[in-house]
Formats: sequence, C-alpha cells, structure tokens
Amino acid sequence: MDLSYTAAEEDFRARLREWLAKVLPTLPDRPSPDDWPGRRAYDLGWQRMLHDAGYADVHWDASPTTRLIFLEETERAGAPYVGANFVGLLHAGPTIAAEGTAEQRARWLPPVLRGEEVWCQGFSEPDAGSDLAALRTRARRDGDDYVVSGSKIWTSHAEVADWCELLVRTDPDAPRHRGITWLAMPMDAPGITVRPLRTLAGSAEFAEVFLDEVRVPVANRVGAENDGWRVTMVTLSFERGTAFVGEVVACRRVLRELARAARENGRWDDPVLRRRLGRLEGEFRALWRLTQWNVSVAEAGGGVPGTGASVFKLRYSHARQELYDAAADVLGPDCLDLDRPWVLDRLSSLSYTIAAGTSQIQRTIVAERVLGLPRGR
Amino acid sequence: MRFQLSEDQQALQAGVRRLLDRRFDREALRAAVGAPGRLDRALWRSLGEAGFFALRLPEPDGGVGLGLPEAALLFEEAGRALLPGPLVATHLAAGRVPGAATGETVVTAVDGQLVEWLEAADVVLGETVGAVAMRSVDPLTPLHRVPGTTPADPLAVLLTAAEQLGTAARVCELAVQHARTREQFGRPIGTFQAVQHLCADLLVRTEIARTAVYAAAVTADGADIAAARLLADEAAVRGARDCLQVHGGMGFTWEADVHLHLKRAWLRAARGGGGTQSEELLAARLAA
Ligand SMILES: Cc1cc2nc3c(=O)[nH]c(=O)nc-3n(C[C@H](O)[C@H](O)[C@H](O)COP(=O)(O)OP(=O)(O)OC[C@H]3O[C@@H](n4cnc5c(N)ncnc54)[C@H](O)[C@@H]3O)c2cc1C
Repeated sequence: MDLSYTAAEEDFRARLREWLAKVLPTLPDRPSPDDWPGRRAYDLGWQRMLHDAGYADVHWDASPTTRLIFLEETERAGAPYVGANFVGLLHAGPTIAAEGTAEQRARWLPPVLRGEEVWCQGFSEPDAGSDLAALRTRARRDGDDYVVSGSKIWTSHAEVADWCELLVRTDPDAPRHRGITWLAMPMDAPGITVRPLRTLAGSAEFAEVFLDEVRVPVANRVGAENDGWRVTMVTLSFERGTAFVGEVVACRRVLRELARAARENGRWDDPVLRRRLGRLEGEFRALWRLTQWNVSVAEAGGGVPGTGASVFKLRYSHARQELYDAAADVLGPDCLDLDRPWVLDRLSSLSYTIAAGTSQIQRTIVAERVLGLPRGR
Repeated sequence: MRFQLSEDQQALQAGVRRLLDRRFDREALRAAVGAPGRLDRALWRSLGEAGFFALRLPEPDGGVGLGLPEAALLFEEAGRALLPGPLVATHLAAGRVPGAATGETVVTAVDGQLVEWLEAADVVLGETVGAVAMRSVDPLTPLHRVPGTTPADPLAVLLTAAEQLGTAARVCELAVQHARTREQFGRPIGTFQAVQHLCADLLVRTEIARTAVYAAAVTADGADIAAARLLADEAAVRGARDCLQVHGGMGFTWEADVHLHLKRAWLRAARGGGGTQSEELLAARLAA
C-alpha cells in the first residue's frame, strides 16, 4: 500500500500548478449557469487552452494517476470544470477511443481535445430510463444511411451539442438487448427538434430531442450493428467510473468554506452542526481514499473502470446531498435565498442519485454483479 | 501511487487468516462464549509466536520489523474472527512491557472510562482505583468502569478501526451467504430486491471503510485516523444490524453468531472517546 507519487508525477504536478497560476487570472468571468451558449463558448475556450499547453489528452492517454493529479490541481486552483465538454471528454470520447475504428478516432477525437466540438448523450427515452434496454427509437437501413425516428429525453446540453452518442433499435424482432446500435449523430441533421426542459433549479440544462426521419451515415456506427448494448456498457462504465472523481475535491473545498462561514456567523458554536461537518469531512476524506484505491485498481487492470465505480457512485451521490443539506444549516434562513452561495448547488445535488443510473439501480448492480446474488425478477 | 495490497501484504493476510481459522475456529469461539472471563493463554502465546504482538518491533529487538499497514491487516483478521482479549493494548505494549511481545504477558489499558479484561490481565496500564465491574453486553469481553478518564491513543483508535473493518467484511459475507441459500416463496431470498439492497449497502459501507482504514495506516495522520474510525464504526455496527435483519428470526437467536459481531462492534465503537471525539477532531481540522 503506497500513497506516494513518483518523481515524474510530482514533476507533472509542479508544472501544472505553475501553469494554472499563470493562466487562471487571465480567464474572463464564467457565464451564468443558465446561459448554455455562453457556457459552451467558455468551456470550449478553456479546453483549447489546455490543448495548447499540452494538457488536453490528460483524460484519455495519461495514466489514471496523472489524471487524478490533474483533477486535484485544477480543482484546488479553482479552474473551470469540464462543463459542456462533459460527455465528449468523459464518456463519448473514451468509448470511441476504445471501440471506434482508426478513421472514427481520427474524425471525432481531435476536435473534442482541441475544444472544437461538443457532444451530448441520447440514451434515455420517455419510456426507457432505468430500463434502458426498452428503448424504442427506430433506425432502418436505407442505402448508406440509417433513417432514425423516435424521441430522447433528459439529454443534457442538447441545444449546444454538435454530436450525439445515440442509441437506436436496429432489429425490433431481436431480444431486447440484442437489437440495439450505437451511432454518432450530427446534431445539425434535418429532422432533429430540440425542446429545452426546465430543471427544478430553474435552468435549462437538458432537453427533449425529437427525431423525424433523421439520416445518419452507416459509417457513423461505433461497433457492429445490433452490438450496441455491449458498447453502451463501456460508455456507462466510464460515465459512472471516472466522471465524478474531480468533484470529490470540490466537495472538500466547499466543506472548508462552510466551516469558515459557520465561524463567521456564530453557527460553529453549535456542537451538533460542528460534529456534522466533522463527520462530513471524514466522509469526503474516505471518498478520496476510495477514489485513489479505484484508480490504483484501474491502473493495474488496464483502463476501463471496474465495479468499484458503482460502489463509489452510490456513496458519493448521497454524501453530496448531505453536504448541501449541511450547507443549508450553516446558512440558516438564507438557505431560502437563491442568490446565496450553495443554494443552487443544493438544488442540483438532488439529481446525483438519479442521473447516470439511480441509486436503486446501482444497488441491484452491486448485489448481482459484485456480490453474485441470484438475479431478481 | 499503488494503493493496493502488495504481494507480501496479501500473503500476510492469507497467513493470519489460516492461523486464526486453525487456532480459533467456530468451536473455539463457542467454547469461549460458554466460559466468559477466561482468557485462553495458549492461544495468546501462539499469537505471540506468530508475531502478532511483535509485528512492529524492529528485528534487532526480536520483532518482525513491519509497519502500521501490516498491523492494520492483522487486526482486520482478528476482527473477522471475533478474536477475544485485550489485543490492541498488548500489541501497543510490545517493547515497553516485558513479555508483551511474545504473548507471555497479557496487557490491558484504561481507555476513556472503561477497562477490558481487567481481572485476566497481568499488567494494567492506567489508573484503576475505584474500578467497578459491569455486566458486559459482549459475552466475550469483560468490562470495568473507572472514575477518571484517559485520553485516546490514536494508534489504539486505528487498530480498533481495523478490527471493525474485519467485522464489517465478515457480516457482509454472512449476509450474502444466507441470502444465497435461504429460500422463501420458492426461491432464494437473495433474488428479492429488498434483500439485495441491504446486502449492497453492507458492501458499500465496508469498501469505503476499508480504504479509509488502509489509508490511515499508511499516513498515520490524526484526521485520517478519525475518518477511518467513523467509517469503520458505521460499517461494523450498521453492517451487523443489517446482517441480523437478513437472517430473520434466526438472527435473533443466541445460536447465530450475528449478535456476537454486533455486540463487539458496539463495544469497539465506545473505545477511544467514541465517535464524538473523532467528529470534533475532524471539525477542528476543517476550521484550522
Ligand atoms: C440532471 C440529469 C441529467 C441527465 N442527463 C442525461 C443525458 O444527458 N442523457 C441521457 O440519456 N440521460 C440523461 N439523464 C437520464 C437519467 O439517466 C435517467 O433519469 C435515469 O436513468 C432514471 O431513469 P428515469 O428518469 O426514466 O426514471 P425511472 O426509470 O422511471 O425510475 C423512477 C424510480 O423508479 C426506480 N426504479 C426503476 N426501475 C427500478 C428497478 N428495476 N428496481 C428498483 N427501482 C427501480 C428508480 O430508482 C426511480 O427511483 C439525466 C437525468 C438527470 C436527472
């Protein structure tokens, strides 16, 4: 058991830290959480800066440990988070890198790394959420194209995306998991209508996407026809496995800010609140250790995150909600004022136990796939 | 960073598990329950021979020369096996109290307002004037209450957390085994989602406690130790409780071992000032 870093890793950390100290003060202010076109431009700009400085590939090519250091240092320095680049960098990109052909990798990966193209995820449908294999969006072959009709829902950043990782049913007669195909769909193709949905936080960060006879070239298929379920599992393991790691560091920063705020407004004298924050500090320290453990497992095992991902996702999503409930306790009556810090975060934390697979679904995965309990019905 | 068990550490873990399986199997456990207050001196000496107490002493002093991470693995196994006796106090006394390292001398220590195994021990560290015997909730651990209060030793807190981790892992296994085999409504209860989800939570709590305990053993940092104890107490106490639930009526019997795990987990959770002290320590670190 070793928690120390190699000289090369420490060197990477030092260089990154120095670079961040130099460039962050030159960044413009972040657009409001509501302004997705503004955020798209801002997030792509940040990705381009990373690219030009040689840090763009840190999400894919670097060792898991280097990635961890990158997340730790960028968060510590208060650098922008991936934002609109979330899907492209953290799961569509890694999926194409793992499953795509050489031409597909050459076409789609560099623009993500250079901060030129944004991706969204078209998996969920109105009647296929937890039961993803129930999806009904149809794709029929017509010459060199698939012709796609149906609808997707909860598609984050759909309005500002250039590409969509899209799941479609290519064989309606096959067993549910067998007739699915994974496509890269250009979001400017004729027949696509995006209708924003308002979240409980008041923002429009996801949308409904209607597909009416949309033509997608067969060349845009990743993996074989009707083999999309397997490719999807690769995507989901990235989504659940690596996508939240950086946020643990952010939560630890928020905790320190809460302690400071509580000391300023006198709440710190309340032993119940103080102990609650102390317990959360223990929780997030442990989540960071679990992250380091999972990264070491991934490093030993060749890249794709393992089942530790569901364990982490389950625990983290609930801890995040407890953190912002504690924040409300620190704020007192101000926790009802949307202009106060942490209040919007508290609202958005409610999605963590739902998005990327609900807690109930994660528990079933842990029980059946990790603990080997017999399959339920 | 290779935050994984090394091959040597895996071998150590497997070796200790084998030793305890041989020297303290279920029959021995049940015999101990039937003879409360009696410490098995032969077992204690064989633990001493195996290096349980001298593990962290340097080799020139007759020790094994290993570190805190290895000690954590050892105590995790002790926790799994529900091994009785003042293991932590004797381990920490090795090199300071003659005979402790070899298992010849049984050492206990005052911890907060409690002393375990006061009458069976050869040496007691701390002030015990006015000690009053309690009817201990754990049939495998005699307890006395003392008037004063002694501050917690962080290493004792860490090794206790490692024992809690062992209990958490064990009760998770017991719950999963039972869920696989016990049938109701014509199928294994492990096919029912309500039972599956209890088991999943058992595992999640164990795994986060594991990484917290191992990391604290590597860094020996006070806040890491406090975090480890909070997570490990939760994993052991709630885990034993959920394991009992999965066992249904059988879980409520004296015959099933589940209650022994739960009672020991409660007892360990009271060591080192209890969770409150760890929460306050972490809060102070946050505000620093
Ligand atoms: C903020 C946010 C962003 C999202 N972004 C995207 C995106 O970009 N792209 C995308 O494709 N999807 C996205 N999603 C969708 C997300 O993956 C789904 O919401 C999620 O998988 C749950 O599906 P559902 O909403 O249909 O709920 P349902 O599946 O209807 O679930 C409702 C309730 O029933 C429970 N339930 C359902 N089935 C079971 C079962 N078998 N056992 C036990 N309990 C069960 C669930 O746990 C939940 O509590 C997003 C969701 C959110 C909240």
